[in-house]
Amino acid sequence: MTDFTLPELGENIAAGDVLRILVQPGDTLTKDQPVLELETDKATIEVPSNVAGKIKEIKVKAGDKVKVGQAILSVDDGAAAAAAPPSAPAPSAPPKPTPVEAAPPPPPQPAESTRPEKVVDFARGVRAPVEPPSDEPAAPAAPSVRRMARELGVDINDVLGSGDEGRISIEDVKAHAKRLIAAASASPAAGASTPRAAAEPLPDFSKWGEIERQPMRGVRRKTAEHLGASWAQIPLVTQYDSADITGFEDIRKRHAKQAGDGAPPLTLTALAIKIVAAALKVFPQFNVSIDMGAEEIIVKKYIHVGVAVDTDRGLLVPVIRDADKKTLLQISAELSELAAKARSRKLTLDEMQGATFSISNLGGIGGTSFTPLVNAPEVAILGISRGRMEPVFKDGQFVPRMMLPLSLSYDHRAIDGADGARFVRWVAEVFEQPFLLSLQG
Amino acid sequence: MHFVSSWLQSMIEVQVVVIGAGPGGYAAAFLAADLGLKTALVDPEVNPGGVCVYRGCIPSKALLHVANLLREARHAEAWGVSFGDPRIDLAKLRTFKDNVVKRLTGGTGLLAKSRKVQYLQGRGELVDAHTLKVKLVAGGDETVRFEHAIIATGSLPAIPASLRVNDPRVMDSTTALDLPDVPKSLLVVGGGYIGLELGSVYAALGSAVSVVEMTDGLLPGADRDLVDVLAKTIAKSMKNIWLKTSVTKMAAEAGGIRVTFDGQPEQVFDRVLVAVGRRPNASVPGLDRTKVALDERGFIVHDEQMRTSEPSIFAIGDVAGEPMLAHKASHEGRTAVEVIAGHKAAFDPKAIPAVVFTDPELAWAGLTEAQAQKAGRQVTVAKFPWAASGRALTLDRADGLTKLVVDPSSERILGVGVVGPNAGELIAEGVLAIEMGANVTDLKLTIHPHPTLTETMMESAEVFFGQSTHVYKPKKA
Repeated sequence: MTDFTLPELGENIAAGDVLRILVQPGDTLTKDQPVLELETDKATIEVPSNVAGKIKEIKVKAGDKVKVGQAILSVDDGAAAAAAPPSAPAPSAPPKPTPVEAAPPPPPQPAESTRPEKVVDFARGVRAPVEPPSDEPAAPAAPSVRRMARELGVDINDVLGSGDEGRISIEDVKAHAKRLIAAASASPAAGASTPRAAAEPLPDFSKWGEIERQPMRGVRRKTAEHLGASWAQIPLVTQYDSADITGFEDIRKRHAKQAGDGAPPLTLTALAIKIVAAALKVFPQFNVSIDMGAEEIIVKKYIHVGVAVDTDRGLLVPVIRDADKKTLLQISAELSELAAKARSRKLTLDEMQGATFSISNLGGIGGTSFTPLVNAPEVAILGISRGRMEPVFKDGQFVPRMMLPLSLSYDHRAIDGADGARFVRWVAEVFEQPFLLSLQG
Repeated sequence: MHFVSSWLQSMIEVQVVVIGAGPGGYAAAFLAADLGLKTALVDPEVNPGGVCVYRGCIPSKALLHVANLLREARHAEAWGVSFGDPRIDLAKLRTFKDNVVKRLTGGTGLLAKSRKVQYLQGRGELVDAHTLKVKLVAGGDETVRFEHAIIATGSLPAIPASLRVNDPRVMDSTTALDLPDVPKSLLVVGGGYIGLELGSVYAALGSAVSVVEMTDGLLPGADRDLVDVLAKTIAKSMKNIWLKTSVTKMAAEAGGIRVTFDGQPEQVFDRVLVAVGRRPNASVPGLDRTKVALDERGFIVHDEQMRTSEPSIFAIGDVAGEPMLAHKASHEGRTAVEVIAGHKAAFDPKAIPAVVFTDPELAWAGLTEAQAQKAGRQVTVAKFPWAASGRALTLDRADGLTKLVVDPSSERILGVGVVGPNAGELIAEGVLAIEMGANVTDLKLTIHPHPTLTETMMESAEVFFGQSTHVYKPKKA
């Protein structure tokens, strides 16, 4: 028994969809006989066998996605010798070896042209659609520039030249490649999200006054890349609400007096972590990630809450692990320790990974409300602004209450609007009556 | 027994073996070694060089140099300088030519050694897609296990059956370069570059040379306006140039070779040189044990990375396709090696220059006017006649011509053609211009030294704009 596995089909082709199986179990297969039609993102290919014999089993069916190296069928090669035709199979055209263009990372394009147009004879290799003989002169680029483009996987003909008569420089090629990469990382799930437009060229700011160019380093660059990708990827909705924390304020002040110096303070952020951890148990759809590639939702059975911390290096997000299993005081202590580490640059990468939900509390600075940005691959984030005394109409009269503005941003792909409203309402109610935690959490 | 057989058959393992050490093969092997790949180079000759160095470009150029000197000396009478009739010592001339070859091949041999390229003097036979058995000239076999092989076996003179006469007086380019004697009469069959170059040598040495060409012009492929200039000069040194004439029969007789033509009365020649073309030499034994495929003309099929249908085997040079030129081969060889070394290289030249080393020389690169016409492509042609070049006049050579084939909308230079002394050197600038995507303005604005023939390039660009200093030809409105 020998397996016929899907052979290398050409550069950058790792898998394809089976369109049709061209043989049946029991057939006597000869070498080079077409076995199946495979649709790849480049073209539709007739894949010939490289084994011979009587087909025992066909392991794939039309519609299957198969990868290079995957078993397609098995043959009884004992029968091969007997079954092999006396003469070699029909002399095929001399195989043209892999003339697949060194395919550039596909520029993000609307999915209209993804359908391959033609069946190619595998023996002749996969060909990009034949270029029409063009009257256009080849791209105006020197050999060194063309080489650079090839190395970066850029089609030189796609590059816009900045020089006279559109001449393409090495810088043009590099800039083009950067834009391709940025665009590709901004839309990882093909067709799932709107492709991000390449950055527009910047004007010369120095025309209007003095400027200084500073390199975008470390945390800033990472933040820019990560949040840029999150923004491009996530259809974001923000639900606003406010919680009456007058009661909690009393508890907090009392605790501060009783605990004495050195004890960790009971903070609003710590309470928010505790409440959110409880809320995530009630609303597990907020504790997930989406895998668009696999078309799956990844439900996490653990609750780790990230907390945005403002440092002089920029935004850092340490993570309180298993926040649902910790007491308010434990969370308070851990939070002040992590925040101190974050500000003294001692936070480890490990301490910043694995969050399932994040909280951003800007109340210490001020503000009435803001739209936090979901920290992908999480699906929701709670924003907290500054609590303030407001007149609240209660029991037929206005009473002064300490109101805390809340804003919940969520990934609309994973979470419906009504659930978003329910989640933040639940959180607000527990803020008002923290003893609910002991009932529900 | 196992011990004995392994002792008799030594085996080496390399990352790259290059089969054929012509200018393509040895360039490939040398680069492979420079890139840190363990490399072997296989060729029956003592040193790397191949047909080009041993029996082609190089020896013919040595002889052409002498031929030009003879012509110049004769020409000098017009300038008031007489040397008298030249006395030609054929043995000494042969030695000069052989020494050029010896020195050059000695150099390549040394370069191979210093790069630690294992040079195997012998002929290879493919056992499979990763094994080459080399029958060494010195006796014995060497088995080479290789990760990649580069086939660079070049080409051979093509001799149609009707022209095959088993007589030493019927020569191919190889035997003609040996200069057996200076025949009183020589027939050159084929008006291509080999026939014209070698025909010129014999004509300068004193033979009455007749050239017979089947098609209606010399040097098929080159633009006619350039060929016309060459043909005019060559007609003076050759006894006959018969176009649209073919040889139907050749027979060896005591008094010479009797040749029957279709279109000319039959004649007897002291010697005949058959130079009708070359054919790829893909006759590597064992090639059929691999997936390497040939096209209908016998060239090895490959992609733009020079990879054949067998993933471990590459093919470069004459055996891999037209044009059969040494400089194309070496670039292909270097491309193949870069691919093997893991670089994303490809052979994508915008122009491969072709040079005919006759007097005058004729060279072109990129798109020819004829190709453009055939493809129905709009081009603008700008020509600068050398009669307007000061330098050409000082050489008493006003017959040259430099032309540019230009894309009218982008004004990019698509092709360059030159005929005149040193055209072969001048063309390099044109190749660079095409590769760089230069436009006519670039060429016009580049300062060229005065007084040189290179100015004809610049002035042809000026002609394009109707602004040439030395040609008054205003642009039509």
